[in-house]
Amino acid sequence: MLVLEDVHTHYGKIEALHGVSVEVKKGEIVSLIGANGAGKTTLLMTVCGNPQATSGRVILQGRDITRDLTSNIMRSGIAIVPEGRRVFSGLTVEENLHMGGFFNTKSEIRKSQDHVYELFPRLKEREHQRAGTMSGGEQQMLAIGRALMSKPNMIILDEPSLGLAPLVIKQIFEIIGKLREEGITVFLVEQNAHQALNLADRGYVLETGRIRLHDTGKNLLANPDVQNAYLGG
Amino acid sequence: MAAHNLKHALFCAIVTLIISYPILGFNLASEGTTVTLEGAKTSTIVGVLLAAVVVFLFQLFRDNLMGSLRQLPAVNPLANRKPMEQSKRLKLESTLLTLMIIGALVWPFIASRGAVDLSTLVLIYIMLALGLNVVVGLAGLLDLGYVAFYAVGAYTFALLSQYYGVSFWFALPIGALLAALFGLVLGFPVLRLRGDYLAIVTLGFGEIIRILLNNMTNLTGGPNGIGGIPDPTLFGMEFGRRVKEEGNTSFHETFGIAYSGEHKVIFLYLIALVLAVITAIAIRRLMRMPVGRAWEALREDEIAAKSLGLNRTAVKLSAFTIGAFFAGFAGTVFASKQGFISPESFVFLESAIILAIVVLGGMGSQMGVILAAIAVTILPELAREFSEYRMLIFGAAMVLMMVWRPQGLLPMRRIHIELKKQE
Repeated sequence: MLVLEDVHTHYGKIEALHGVSVEVKKGEIVSLIGANGAGKTTLLMTVCGNPQATSGRVILQGRDITRDLTSNIMRSGIAIVPEGRRVFSGLTVEENLHMGGFFNTKSEIRKSQDHVYELFPRLKEREHQRAGTMSGGEQQMLAIGRALMSKPNMIILDEPSLGLAPLVIKQIFEIIGKLREEGITVFLVEQNAHQALNLADRGYVLETGRIRLHDTGKNLLANPDVQNAYLGG
Repeated sequence: MAAHNLKHALFCAIVTLIISYPILGFNLASEGTTVTLEGAKTSTIVGVLLAAVVVFLFQLFRDNLMGSLRQLPAVNPLANRKPMEQSKRLKLESTLLTLMIIGALVWPFIASRGAVDLSTLVLIYIMLALGLNVVVGLAGLLDLGYVAFYAVGAYTFALLSQYYGVSFWFALPIGALLAALFGLVLGFPVLRLRGDYLAIVTLGFGEIIRILLNNMTNLTGGPNGIGGIPDPTLFGMEFGRRVKEEGNTSFHETFGIAYSGEHKVIFLYLIALVLAVITAIAIRRLMRMPVGRAWEALREDEIAAKSLGLNRTAVKLSAFTIGAFFAGFAGTVFASKQGFISPESFVFLESAIILAIVVLGGMGSQMGVILAAIAVTILPELAREFSEYRMLIFGAAMVLMMVWRPQGLLPMRRIHIELKKQE
């Protein structure tokens, strides 16, 4: 589904990713964990083409997208839930969702909208409310719902648990599990390592711009190094 | 606390004296060939002192005063009303709009010539403000050089008519399209900029156009401007006493009525009205189309908009181009109305006034912008009796407005599209 081959990414002269290789297979949930500043978000942004990789290749569904425009990448069956939710706070819930299906026909939008409301009944209740007036958890649900509106084959989540209450985090992770059942490939980037690895088929540990470890989720959870560094011993 | 207030109040009073005394307290008088400075009348000086006392007292009791002012919104009967239902509101809005348009159609036949002339100017400002509303209110791009596109429209018509004898009706689309082209060209370099930087670059662009017009003397006549711009014709009928161009007839002869200068004024007003209505309807449509939602999404959150696959460049350029297009429209009408244009008409102050209209009306709201355009154009005229103080009153009105209704006269309401549920 998504393959990164020896990707180097620079911000100006500073290299943030030093040759990262990651593979996400169809139907999997893959988690990427790492500390602050490890380069997790940079890796995601490189997939989206903003900034573009300076060397190496990014391949999405068999197509090399390394040099594609962000707007084209985001229209080719991939959706991202950006860090910090970033819902359109002045628009209503419904309008936010419609923005997610911007390039789809009206009937497709209607169908995906019903589907999103099924996944998140809470959003249906708040249909005409401005997104900015909702709680953090609801906004996160909306951000995920908005990403689903374009009917992606693959969804990338950047720190969906950021700043949320434990109970809400649990809900969000349940939803992510459901997405897999629907056949959507999930690439999850998290600091909340325990839950992210628990859910994941496979996991990668990113440290200062390099992949340090790569294993199944269960094995990583049991790995003493990971336990020490990311799970609080 | 009290001591602090007293100190502050004293300071403010002294500043008032320092500012107003040199301005109001001295007069220049000419004695023969020399100019001498003399003190003003006692009444003026008493006035200045009184003003200082007022400022002192206001600052001393400011907390109490502002406290009671804050209770004013509670008196406002509209403060706590529930928002109307969407269907009801849309109905009310369309009835109001129809009434307004009928009123505007009848207006020139009952009002005086001067009033109609002023109304034409109001309509031109409405067109400008609606156009800028797309750029600033919807797309969230702060454009301080909007007047440049207005100038492009006006000069296109003036130059085309001077060199090629092109008529108003031909020049109208050309002027608008040329302005749109300028919008597109300016759009490219400024796309990467945001906020303050964008404002500065657009400000510079506005000035560049004005200075170019001023200095290309052999083409534009420089500061002397271009005169003799023809009036619009009605199916080849001219509104002058005598027909200027061969092949044309004159309006009053065709209809066998006595010549009156008012015909032309009314005709111009009606043209401006039709164009303003076209502008409003076109932009209203655009707002509800996907491109309109894309503008808003980009204003709300650029990164999120990009993550949904929106092309930032295309969306911003479309806003700039469409905004410029309608400024070109307005410019052509303006040139025709004035019959004479010079770079003087396209100074930065114009941009500022148009921007003020958009902000006062409520960013993004069409109805609000129209009301604000009427208020901002007419207020200085009404305040003419106060002669030199009218701009002061105008400024005070704006400040008060921003204190009490920072969201604008009629802030934008969200229009939402309801998808019909499939049975």
